[in-house]
Amino acid sequence: MQAHEQSATDAPPPNAELVIDVSGITKRFGAQTVVNSIGMQVRRGEIYGFLGPNGSGKTTFLRMLCGLLKPDAGQGTCLGYDILHQSDEIKKHVGYMTQKFSYYEDLNLEENLDFIARIYQVPNRKQAVSDSLQKLGLHARRKQLAGQLSGGWKQRLALAASLIHNPELLLLDEPTAGVDPKARRDFWEEIHQLAAAGLTVMITTHYMDEAERCHRIAYIAYGNLLTNGTVAEVVSGAKLSVWEVSGPNLPALANELRHKKGIEQVVAFGNTLHVSGPQGEELRNAILPWMKPPYQWNQAESSLEDVFISLMGHSQDNFK
Amino acid sequence: MSTPRFSFKRLWAVVVKEFIQMRRDRLTFGMMVGIPMIQLMLFGFAINSDPKHLPTAIIIQDHSQFSRTFIWSLRNSRYFDVVVEAESERDVQFLLDEGEVQFVINIPADFSRELLRGERPKLLLQADATDPAATGNAIAAINALVANVFDRDLKGPLQKLRDKPGPVEMQIHRLYNQEGKTQYNIVPGLMGVVLTMTMIVITALAITRERERGTMENLLATPARPAEVMFGKIIPYIMIGYIQTILILTAARFLFNVPMLGSIPLLLGLMLIFIAANLAVGITFSTVAKNQLQAMQMSFFFFLPSILLSGFMFPFRGMPTWAQHIGSALPLTHFLRLVRGILLKGNGLLESATHIWPIALFLLIVMAIGIKRYRQTLD
Ligand SMILES: Nc1ncnc2c1ncn2[C@@H]1O[C@H](COP(=O)(O)OP(=O)(O)OP(=O)(O)O)[C@@H](O)[C@H]1O
Ligand SMILES: [Mg+2]
Repeated sequence: MQAHEQSATDAPPPNAELVIDVSGITKRFGAQTVVNSIGMQVRRGEIYGFLGPNGSGKTTFLRMLCGLLKPDAGQGTCLGYDILHQSDEIKKHVGYMTQKFSYYEDLNLEENLDFIARIYQVPNRKQAVSDSLQKLGLHARRKQLAGQLSGGWKQRLALAASLIHNPELLLLDEPTAGVDPKARRDFWEEIHQLAAAGLTVMITTHYMDEAERCHRIAYIAYGNLLTNGTVAEVVSGAKLSVWEVSGPNLPALANELRHKKGIEQVVAFGNTLHVSGPQGEELRNAILPWMKPPYQWNQAESSLEDVFISLMGHSQDNFK
Repeated sequence: MSTPRFSFKRLWAVVVKEFIQMRRDRLTFGMMVGIPMIQLMLFGFAINSDPKHLPTAIIIQDHSQFSRTFIWSLRNSRYFDVVVEAESERDVQFLLDEGEVQFVINIPADFSRELLRGERPKLLLQADATDPAATGNAIAAINALVANVFDRDLKGPLQKLRDKPGPVEMQIHRLYNQEGKTQYNIVPGLMGVVLTMTMIVITALAITRERERGTMENLLATPARPAEVMFGKIIPYIMIGYIQTILILTAARFLFNVPMLGSIPLLLGLMLIFIAANLAVGITFSTVAKNQLQAMQMSFFFFLPSILLSGFMFPFRGMPTWAQHIGSALPLTHFLRLVRGILLKGNGLLESATHIWPIALFLLIVMAIGIKRYRQTLD
């Protein structure tokens, strides 16, 4: 939980200026409501994690923030500009890293960065491109075609490109998918430094450890914002009780417990099972018959993952 | 929208990027240079193909030594196969109508008498000129032939008849082709056809490709404006268009000896509007098409009427009125007239203006549609 502590210390003060301040944002594709009246406030210098199952509308929401999609309803500002009418201004100050690699595979790294730098009219372009290559450790590969890079290197290129014009807000859509642990750690280090220098970062991820490195997180499922706040707030707000049990033949026990009233999740963790439910009392009653040898029961801390899976179980997939 | 300002720097960014991509895409680049060369060879071959042994009917109304000499040397030229010899026009005219023969040659009564008197009798050649490429060389051959065909017969005191303008007059009637097209029409026309084809296809693919490869999402998230992206993509291809033009003009001049009476700089200058019009069509298609295949299909959808109704394939005045109306809307139609006017007739700026404004109008309309259709968002 080192990162967690770190985030607690350098989080921006609660009265910091709001970089993203939107409400009621809604997007429909045909009959399907993909983003359902979401409001969100993000402060300057904050690292804001955006989590949710596949297809929950994270990418769609980010696209609306930077003017790539027009919301069907809702209003608000991004960097002080109206998201509905001033997307040209917003675009100048936002760095957006798409989920799918979207730089030119037939240009080499340097040419890609140079193109982006020209488009944003970066002052001292050549120097900026060279610095950016240097900083991300891409300088040796600058003549390599982007299409020939491995997945992780592509991510690094994309990050470098989205930073080249010194944006005030960085929108990162699953930037670390497929990136190795070392590179991931370096990446987060960099993000925290940038945030400390005043950059606001909004980042989507499916990794719990990354969520815990964010100052604040929001969880969205099937277009609905289910919870938001610091990790601690989200975990405690869920009021999830968790018991850890060890003993013989746990898979059989898991099957017996799984459908009992009051038990929401039964998950194997190494040599133990995590049994959780939203109501402490009900959960206790449900497991009572097994609270005897050979089983050993201990009350455990609920993890972010437990909370998210629980939240997901409660929400309805509007596709079904 | 806040007031979006056009930025030449961003335009230039797109231009530079397109150039690099063009350089990397060897196949497409090869196609852009290869297509005009292949077409030139194909059509050039059709021109060069020097059809000989064309079926010919002869109406002989004067049996004499001169007639025999003339027929003998006709056969010798290898352009004319005398398949029918007749006494009167009535016997052969239908052969020409039905396309049984390509030429009817008439040796009139009193031919030899008038010839000996120095009255320069007329030899009449009627040619089925539907396909000028087919008849052109034969006509040239017969013109050369009559100048000295009778040299051997005109000796001694008759020798003075050989002097200019020659002992007989060759009169040529081209039938079925009022425009009197010559083979020289084709190579200049080809320039327009090649430009139409490559300019539209390649630019139609340009934006569609961005969308298909996912790079559009990135481009849209940047401050780049639609006009900057469109012009940025157009400019590099204008250059390609000029390379193609210069290739074709060079071939026309040195391979096919096409006369170039007018000013080449004038032509190169005015054709910019034509190139831009085609590029605008391509870009507009690419804003409508969902993928590269659709973009390709739309390009051909435009290309076919262009090539068929512009007067390149068939004489424009020979087409039904409705087809002429469609043809008049197409830039290629006016470009063909422009090029032929400048190259073959030596037209200047003033005469060319009538062909330029319809292309310019077309360009404006299509460009407006394209910019309107260019989607600023991913919706
Ligand atoms: N252009 C579109 N047209 C129609 N439906 C779309 C479009 N884009 C997204 N959707 C739908 O919207 C929903 C949300 O998609 P979105 O990409 O925002 O999810 P996500 O949260 O980013 O998922 P993931 O974690 O897999 O990236 C999905 O059901 C998707 O099918
Ligand atoms: Mg996504």
